[in-house]
Amino acid sequence: MSSSSPPLAGVPPRAVPAGPPGPTGKPAIKDNYLNADYGWKSWLFTVDHKRIAILYLLSVTFFFFVGGAFAVLMRLELATPEGDLVQAETYNKLFTMHGVMMVFFFLLPSVPAVLGNFLVPLMIGAKDLAFPRLNLLSWYIYTIGGLFSLFAVVSGGVDTGWTFYAPYSSTYSNTHVIATALGVFISGFSSILTGLNFLVTIHKMRAPGMTWFRLPLFIWAHYATSIIMLLGTPVIAITIVLLALERLFQIGFFDAKLGGDPVLFQHLFWFYSHPAVYIMILPAMGVISEIIAAFSKKRIFGYSFVAFSSLAIAILGFLVWGHHMFVSGQSVYAGLIFSFLSMVVAVPSAVKTFNWTATLFKGSIQLDTPMLYALGFLGLFTIGGLTGLYLATLAVDVHVHDTYFVVAHFHYVMVGGVVMAYLGGLHYWWPKMFGRMYPEFLARIAAVVVFVGFNLTFFPQFLVGYQGMPRRYHEYVEEFQVLNVLSSAGASILGLGYLLPMIYLTWSLYYGRKVGPNPWGAKGLEWEQAGSPPTTFNFERTPLVTEEAYAYPDARPQITARAGHGGRHE
Amino acid sequence: MTQEFKLLPQAASEVASSVDHITLYLTVVSVFFTALISLLVIVFATRYRRRHADQRAEQIEGSLPLEIFWTVIPLAIALFSFAWGARVFFRMNSTPEGSLPISVTGKQWMWKVQHPEGRREINDLHVPVGVPVELTMISEDVIHSFYVPALRTKRDVLPGRYSKLAFVANKVGVYDIFCAEYCGTKHSKMIGKLHVLEDSQYQAWLSGAGSGPAPREDGAQLFAALRCDTCHSGQDNSRGPSLAGLFGADVPLADGQVVKADLDYLRESILKPAVKIVAGYQPLMPTYAGQVNEEQIGQLIAYMRTLGAPDPASTETTR
Ligand code: HEC
Ligand SMILES: [Cu+2]
Ligand SMILES: [Cu+2]
Repeated sequence: MSSSSPPLAGVPPRAVPAGPPGPTGKPAIKDNYLNADYGWKSWLFTVDHKRIAILYLLSVTFFFFVGGAFAVLMRLELATPEGDLVQAETYNKLFTMHGVMMVFFFLLPSVPAVLGNFLVPLMIGAKDLAFPRLNLLSWYIYTIGGLFSLFAVVSGGVDTGWTFYAPYSSTYSNTHVIATALGVFISGFSSILTGLNFLVTIHKMRAPGMTWFRLPLFIWAHYATSIIMLLGTPVIAITIVLLALERLFQIGFFDAKLGGDPVLFQHLFWFYSHPAVYIMILPAMGVISEIIAAFSKKRIFGYSFVAFSSLAIAILGFLVWGHHMFVSGQSVYAGLIFSFLSMVVAVPSAVKTFNWTATLFKGSIQLDTPMLYALGFLGLFTIGGLTGLYLATLAVDVHVHDTYFVVAHFHYVMVGGVVMAYLGGLHYWWPKMFGRMYPEFLARIAAVVVFVGFNLTFFPQFLVGYQGMPRRYHEYVEEFQVLNVLSSAGASILGLGYLLPMIYLTWSLYYGRKVGPNPWGAKGLEWEQAGSPPTTFNFERTPLVTEEAYAYPDARPQITARAGHGGRHE
Repeated sequence: MTQEFKLLPQAASEVASSVDHITLYLTVVSVFFTALISLLVIVFATRYRRRHADQRAEQIEGSLPLEIFWTVIPLAIALFSFAWGARVFFRMNSTPEGSLPISVTGKQWMWKVQHPEGRREINDLHVPVGVPVELTMISEDVIHSFYVPALRTKRDVLPGRYSKLAFVANKVGVYDIFCAEYCGTKHSKMIGKLHVLEDSQYQAWLSGAGSGPAPREDGAQLFAALRCDTCHSGQDNSRGPSLAGLFGADVPLADGQVVKADLDYLRESILKPAVKIVAGYQPLMPTYAGQVNEEQIGQLIAYMRTLGAPDPASTETTR
């Protein structure tokens, strides 16, 4: 391992009580990554993966609420068929900036950059990522990219939709396309570097005894995600460069008038952006596996199937981009192949869902907040996934493509899936990250409010979409109003549901009950071998792994001893 | 005005009903699996709820038969949907012989419609019931998408390339036309109405006010006005090839390739004549880009398509 020691090395890591966790209740450590050093410099120049995770946490939360504010205005506008609240220009900027902020600056980094950064080294028994400085650089790149795009908003906005379709974006729009796209371009490098960092870390820095098939599924998910980040992101970078060249210098790539081909842009865009969907959902699936195991006190059913389905998704995910283009002038035979492959890529997700559900069977289930989010995820992701089948079916897609049906579908996957998992994960690892517990009752209420608000917001959109309401409409015909009002009402509940955790989690940083290393009694190196919060170098000594992931005790006495079984997957 | 709330939009074609049938199938599947997963989650979460602190789970490694089962079943369900959807999709994309050809030009933010016998309209489209219609569409600026929910069909309208949308409306009525591809500020105002008329009404409408010359007649005039005829006189000694019988024929090019003279080829010949040079001819033809708009190009093409088969006495041999 060639990584240099962080400058915080002066602080000697103090003893962390290793071994089986006791419900001691009293904080076992004074020294941790949070109080290891003080002052803004110790944060802005940190190379500790945990501190960088906190930096990401602050940034993505900021972008989430910016993106959310745009959504609130949109839903207000859509409460009536007429375009009465904001002008069409403004509305178009709202949905564009909502999409750009949420996709590129919240959803993509949320789970991997916050939870992944914090947990990948902890879960595999390493003291940091392989390239700590690169990790810090990733955060800077990401934040600069985000601020670049935000600058575009403040200075007038952009109205192309987050998909930047040419030639509208390259020739016709007179808004800040380049500044926004440049922000996306820049932050893409952060994605590439994070992916690289995770891959090398997972390959080279696993603790002794941490074989591939002892890895927590969270790690498998991040491994698969990293592959996509590394291979996919350069394509969007190139696409943005081509777009900028066409816009600035009238070099024809996409605009037919300049001799380009507008459909080419869509191929390039979706070649990245479909796999990008998996950059968002795969880490979320990893979170769900961890939560379900911990709150059922049970090993994930069909561990290796869940692990390999992540890889299958990562690979197949690169072969289905054409399902976004069934009506854009792609040949019907290409449509046929993309439809077929899209059906196939749905299967690994179904397999995961069944395995998670089966894990609950004969578990020892505790319905704490993280588990509520995870079970909510199961329901919403099932709906999101199944409605994907409608879209992969050629004839049906011709009808619902570019309608609210699609909007509802991807919000079920992205918000019902990713955001639920992210919130669940945040609650689950919150005591690990900060050593304090959030108020459980309030948190459960918030989880229920989010679930209800979410369904009320997005379920009506399936219906209104099937009825034919196109997306990105500032005004709409009267028949669609009832469902739109329902959706707007749901959005206000959902907004409340998101504000609550923001408030009580912040509160808990100061007033939350202090917890020991393993408040959930969960398995995993991060719980069993590291403090809450962990020390700067995570572990007092390099952990030695002797058992499989999720080696919870068995109810049947005859097979209680599971430790030492670890090798059987090799 | 409040309208009666309906779950499904009106269906005004056979294809629309087929799409609804697939949707019904998928909805049954979706409801079943959502209910199944939710039910299992609820049952397990109650039945195996941790009741005392040291309650243990029964560790189950997994089950290969189960994994195979829940891989194969979803795959089969999905592939069935794939096959069914593909069948209907191919039906959507096939144009019956003798379809009524109508040209549609999309531009920010309106639909311009040109009927073969001369009537034009904007943001309205009148068609006879029960007759196959084929829209030939092109955009003058950005990408639009011609969408009629009642027909359950849409097609992107691209700049620089013709795209087609075929349908047979089977129910008289007035239906929404939406632009489904975001195209700028007034995207949501780029809407119109599809009027499906009884044949008699349609005939009356055709001969009603607002009818002008047919596109091919406009095209003939343009052909003369732009002096195309100086080079494409059809005579042996003319500088350009004869255009008679060109449409649909195979054209041998100077570089040895052979291309089919379809709509996009004719359009390109007018705007970018230098790209594909007909074998045996010099690249003399000037570009007309900037001098003709999409509608006029459509008219020129309509005219060229009326030019009959080559005169048998002619010595022109290339095709
Ligand atoms: C200066 C003479 C000239 C004029 C004027 C001219 N063309 Fe041409 N055109 C040619 C020549 C020479 C060719 C063959 C070489 C080539 O393919 O460019 C040609 C080719 C074509 C072709 C392809 C024919 C084939 O056999 O594949 C079409 C279609 C065509 N012209 C249409 C037009 C139209 C429409 C106009 C008027 C708007 C026009 N041309 C005006 C000289 C001319
Ligand atoms: Cu996709
Ligand atoms: Cu539009």
